[in-house]
Amino acid sequence: MTYHDDELLPISALQHYLFCPRQCALIHLEQVWAENQLTMEGLLLHERADSPTHETRPQHDGVRIRVERALPIRSLELGLIGKADIVEFHHPRDSSDSPRIIPVEYKRGKPKANDCDRVQLCAQALCLEEMCSTGVTEGALFYGTRRRRTEVVFDDDLRRRTMQTIDALRTMIEGRVTPPAVRTKACEKCSLIDLCLPDATGGDRSVARFMSRQLNAHLQDETTDE
Amino acid sequence: MKRHLNTLFVTTEGSYLAKDGAAVQVRFEKKTLLRVPLHNLDSVVCFGRVGFSSQLAAACAEAGVSISLMSPHGRFRAAVVGFSPGNVLLRRQQYRAADDPELTARIARNCISGKIANSRSVLLRAARDAKDEDRSSRLKLAAKQLAPILRRVAKADDADTVRGYEGESASKYFASFGDLTSVDGFQMKGRSRRPPLDPINALLSFLYAMLAHDARSACEACGLDAAVGFLHRDRPGRPGCALDLMEEFRPVLADRLAFSLINRKQVSCKGFEVTSSGAVRMDDKTRKTVLTAYQTRKQDTIEHPFLGEKTTMGLLVHLQARLLARHLRGDLDEYPAFIWK
Ligand code: SF4
Repeated sequence: MTYHDDELLPISALQHYLFCPRQCALIHLEQVWAENQLTMEGLLLHERADSPTHETRPQHDGVRIRVERALPIRSLELGLIGKADIVEFHHPRDSSDSPRIIPVEYKRGKPKANDCDRVQLCAQALCLEEMCSTGVTEGALFYGTRRRRTEVVFDDDLRRRTMQTIDALRTMIEGRVTPPAVRTKACEKCSLIDLCLPDATGGDRSVARFMSRQLNAHLQDETTDE
Repeated sequence: MKRHLNTLFVTTEGSYLAKDGAAVQVRFEKKTLLRVPLHNLDSVVCFGRVGFSSQLAAACAEAGVSISLMSPHGRFRAAVVGFSPGNVLLRRQQYRAADDPELTARIARNCISGKIANSRSVLLRAARDAKDEDRSSRLKLAAKQLAPILRRVAKADDADTVRGYEGESASKYFASFGDLTSVDGFQMKGRSRRPPLDPINALLSFLYAMLAHDARSACEACGLDAAVGFLHRDRPGRPGCALDLMEEFRPVLADRLAFSLINRKQVSCKGFEVTSSGAVRMDDKTRKTVLTAYQTRKQDTIEHPFLGEKTTMGLLVHLQARLLARHLRGDLDEYPAFIWK
C-alpha cells in the first residue's frame, strides 16, 4: 500500500517517539510545543545546513561529489516526509553507473545512548532509496561536540528497528491517543515537561482523592478555628 | 513554564503603540512615554481609545504576545492573537465533555468546591485580622454557614445542582461583604454588576474583568476553546471556559485584593464617581492604583497544592488551564481545582 500526500508523518517524529512516545504525541498529535534551550541550539546548528544549496566537488580519482543541502525527501511506501541536512551523491567516473548516495545528519552534543539518531538517518536512507530507485547502504552522523563524522551502516538490524519504530509511530498517531506520562531521566531534558506535567499526570495519582483530602483539610481548619 | 507573565496596561486614552525594534513603544502627544521589550511581555491590555500600528500587531502575534482591547471600564472588546494551530483533539474532547452531563458535572463541581473553599478562607482570614470582636464573629459565622454547602457541592452529580449551590453560597458570601471592611463610604448594598451601583461593586467588576481576561489568555495558550464552558453554559459572546476557570480565583485574587485596597486606604471613595444614572465609575487614578496592585499581587509566590511546585499567583490560572486540558485529554481522572490555604 502507499500513503497519500497528507498522511505522511515527519521523519523527526521518529526521534521524538524513541525519546518518549508521550513527547511525540504531545508534539505531533496535540501540537503543543515549547522552545527550550536544547531545541534552540538545535536550530542554530541547523541553520547552515538548512538553506537549500548544492555544490559539486571534483575529486582526484575522477569521482564527482554533488552535495545537496536541506534536501526534501519522502516515502509514500512508508508514509514519511522530511528534509535531509546533507546528502552526498558520489558520481563515479563512468557516468552510466548510478551514484553512491550518502545522507549526513548534523546533531548537537554527543552521540546518544539510544539509537534514535541512527534510526532517523536510516529512515532518510529508506526515503532516498524509494525516490532514487537505488540502494543506500551507508550514511554519517556529525556530532557538534565531536566535530567528526561517525559512519552508520544501514544493515538489516537497523532497517528492522527503523521499520518497527515507523509502525509504532503510525499506530500511535492514527489511534490519536496520547500515552500516559512515565517519569524517567529523559524528563529532565524534555522541553515539554511543563506541559506534560509527568509528576502530576503519571503514575496512579487520583485527583478525586486529592480533592477530598484538600476539602477535608480545609473544613478541618474551621473546627480548630473556633 | 518559568517565563514570567507580564502585562502592559495602557490606560492613557489617546496614546499610541508602535513597534520599535523588538519592543513596544508607548507614545502620547508625540512623546515616547515607555519602551518595553516584547520578550518581557505576555500581553498588552489597552483601555479605551488607544491606537496601535499594524507592524506592532504583527510583531506581537509573532512573539506570542496578545493585544487586548477593553472598554475604559475593563469590558473585553477584541483581541489580536497570533495564529496558533490549536489542538483539535483537545477541542473535540472539550466539546464532547461539555455535552456529557456526567463529565460536565464533575468539572463544575470541582470548580465550585474550589470557589466556596476559597471564599471561606477569605472570610476566615478577615475574621482573624478584624479588630472588632462582633465583626470577627459574624465573619466566622458566615464561613461556618458555607461549610455544609461545600460538603454538598463536593458530592453533587449534576451541573444544575452545582449551579444551585453556587448561587446559594454566593448570596451568603456576598451578604457578609459588609463585614469585610469598616471604612466609611464603602458599604455594599448587595452585588450589582450591570452597572455597578456602589464603589465596592465597581472595584469588584473591574478586578473580575481583569481576571476573566487572564483566564481567557490561559485557555488560548493551552489550546482550549475559551468559549465552551462546563459550569457556564454556552452563550454567544461569553467566554464560558474562562469564566469556569476564574471561579476559584475570584475570592483569592479579586475579592481579597479589593478589600485590602480599601482597608489599607489605597483607594478612597473620592476615586469613584456616581453618574446621574446611579452607575458608579472609577476615576483614572484609582484604576491605575488597582491595576498596579493586581500586577503586584500576581507576582506573589505560592506553592501549587496539586503540582507541589513553587509558582506565582499570576501563573496559577495558566497552570489550572493546563490541568483542565490534561484532564480532558484523559491524563487525570478529574480536574484538580485550586484550593487556597
Ligand atoms: S516530561 Fe517526560 S514523560 Fe513527559 S513528554 Fe517529556 S519525557 Fe515524556
